[in-house]
Amino acid sequence: MNRLDTDARMARLRDMVLMRRFEERCAQLYQQTKIRGFLHLYVGEEAIAAGICRQLRPGDAVVATYREHGHALMKGVPIGAVMAEMFGRVDGCSGGRGGSMHLFDAEHRFYGGNAIVAGGLPIAVGLGLADRMNGRDRVTACFFGEGAMAEGEFHESMNLAALWDLPVLFCCENNLYAMGTALGRSEAQTDLALRASGYGMPAWPVDGMDVEAVHAAAERAITHVRSGAGPAFLELRTFRFRAHSMYDPELYRTKEEVERWREHDPIDTLAARMTADGELDDDAIADLEAEADTAIDAAVEFADASPVEDVATLLRHVYAPDHRTEEVTA
Amino acid sequence: MNAASGSVVMTAREAMRTAMSDAMRDDPRVFLMGEDVGEYGGCFAVSAGMLAEFGPERVRDTPLSESGFVGAGIGAAMAGMRPIVEIMTVNFSLLALDQIVNNAATLRHMSGGQLGVPIVIRMTTGGGRQLAAQHSHSLDGWYAHIPGIKVLAPATVEDFRWMLKPALADPDPVIIFEHGGLYAATGDVPTVDPGLPLDRAVVRRAGRDLAMITFGGTLPTCLAAADELATDGIDAEVIDLRSLRPLDDATILESVARTHRAVVVDEGWRSGGISGEIAARIMEQAFYELDAPVGRVCTLEVPLPYPRHLELAALPSVERIVGAARTTMEGGEFVGATASAAPGRTVPR
Ligand SMILES: Cc1ncc(C[n+]2csc(CCOP(=O)(O)OP(=O)(O)O)c2C)c(N)n1
Repeated sequence: MNRLDTDARMARLRDMVLMRRFEERCAQLYQQTKIRGFLHLYVGEEAIAAGICRQLRPGDAVVATYREHGHALMKGVPIGAVMAEMFGRVDGCSGGRGGSMHLFDAEHRFYGGNAIVAGGLPIAVGLGLADRMNGRDRVTACFFGEGAMAEGEFHESMNLAALWDLPVLFCCENNLYAMGTALGRSEAQTDLALRASGYGMPAWPVDGMDVEAVHAAAERAITHVRSGAGPAFLELRTFRFRAHSMYDPELYRTKEEVERWREHDPIDTLAARMTADGELDDDAIADLEAEADTAIDAAVEFADASPVEDVATLLRHVYAPDHRTEEVTA
Repeated sequence: MNAASGSVVMTAREAMRTAMSDAMRDDPRVFLMGEDVGEYGGCFAVSAGMLAEFGPERVRDTPLSESGFVGAGIGAAMAGMRPIVEIMTVNFSLLALDQIVNNAATLRHMSGGQLGVPIVIRMTTGGGRQLAAQHSHSLDGWYAHIPGIKVLAPATVEDFRWMLKPALADPDPVIIFEHGGLYAATGDVPTVDPGLPLDRAVVRRAGRDLAMITFGGTLPTCLAAADELATDGIDAEVIDLRSLRPLDDATILESVARTHRAVVVDEGWRSGGISGEIAARIMEQAFYELDAPVGRVCTLEVPLPYPRHLELAALPSVERIVGAARTTMEGGEFVGATASAAPGRTVPR
């Protein structure tokens, strides 16, 4: 029922392979101290960004968290600009000021990169509000982890969006752990879609490890939101294969649990399905990987060649250029 | 442990853990609550191992609900408990500001003295780790603006070890700011409570020529700056405030009366910061002791950027502190915002 055609399957596989290999390179670059600060990887969860963001139109918006490299790539933020941002260079998509947790790209309507849990949700509501007030046919997709559902900002945002019929798609990436806190130790009601439906919007759970299921759910949800009928909520059931960030002893979950989930690797799942359907062979997979590596190599090269910002401009970007106060011109 | 000298070497993180564990052994009303304090072992490993000793009732993992669990800590404190509420970092305390400022700080007053909120709220603070604008705040001085709460900033391992006990004994809300850059610091810690009052500043380095006033994460920077100044024959006294509210005016003024010059170093921003409060108190109470304007070295007025070189340029550094100290020694004035910017652009008298 959810089956995509061969081209679409191939495109989503390509997307997921790119995200996976991009982030694996990021982890290496972190060890080499090219990337610093906090680095949160999306490995294991790629089907969600691929299944949802690729259905958005250029005018639609995305609001994401600190675990947003994949979403940025899928929304069309150039890969070189993403890598340069992680390197803190001037050609980064945020001019180097934000780093891994704060990817922004106004042109592609990618609104972060928010590192305060649930901090992006009210912003998504506001983007949707502006679209509604201007009668614009646009959707805002807002991504957050299940941990964010315990915050007041989640509750307030869901209520506002439903109350005002705003065109916002709430995408909860339920990877079962908020840092070390398992879902059951965070939520009294662990049926997240049930909880979300209490705000008066359609909400349902989706297998977040199956990009075709994500695609189908997103298609339905985006159609609903775009029709002007108000927000929708998807609970995307997934798992992060790697640590929360680069510093995490992972005391809170077992290796066995991680291994069990790895058997549902979204890339392997789709590849196996395509192979069974005669749409893919080992050579084609190797080609996709090589293609991704070429793009990533170029991105790293671009980032490495990009200059570091001159300290003389340190006080930039605090206010709009012609509205500086005396205090910041020093 | 060295029984003879009664001291032991540990890290700041171990010191706070020891303090919390001691308090929980001594008083059943004390419990620890916060995000990932239990199963995860604490975001900064401060509470590592405590869940095993005290169990999940008293080492209570909370959901991501800062306003909710800080407020719950306030309620529990009013009802006779002695909660230690850990907010992972000061950045997330902004979601709990309403509870801290509108409830913890005011309940005693609003109730005409009937209620008290004996809560301790601990949080990591500060920048310097390339965590960018949302994860690098230094708002310690901002909290110190609020009557009704007390604000502590341990800078030494000894204070990480021994500040919590009097904070828990305090009948009012106490916030402890732990600079993230200090957790790995090691130091010699007395095994017996030195009994230092919480509201007392301490001179960490005696000097004759100027008073360098600081707290928390910038104490090591100031001590390094003082060492550098010493090679130039400038003998700086370094004062560790320890408490930002109340402020120990007496220690500051006594030092200024001897040295006649002062530089305040604060990782917070300069505008509206605690550094201005300290300078104003010196001006109000020791104006005629001063041989030069009070200098300030603060974080530049910019959200902290991710790239290392930019972040370091924004934060107080040994170089900027030394520059400000030299300006003070020359009797120079600090021109406008340059006082917190690069050294050198000053007007000698
Ligand atoms: C308000 C707030 N509190 C705490 C944190 C620290 N923190 C960062 S990520 C995280 C876990 C979030 O889990 P979840 O929302 O499920 O997203 P995931 O990381 O699993 O993608 C925590 C506690 C934060 N960034 N913001």
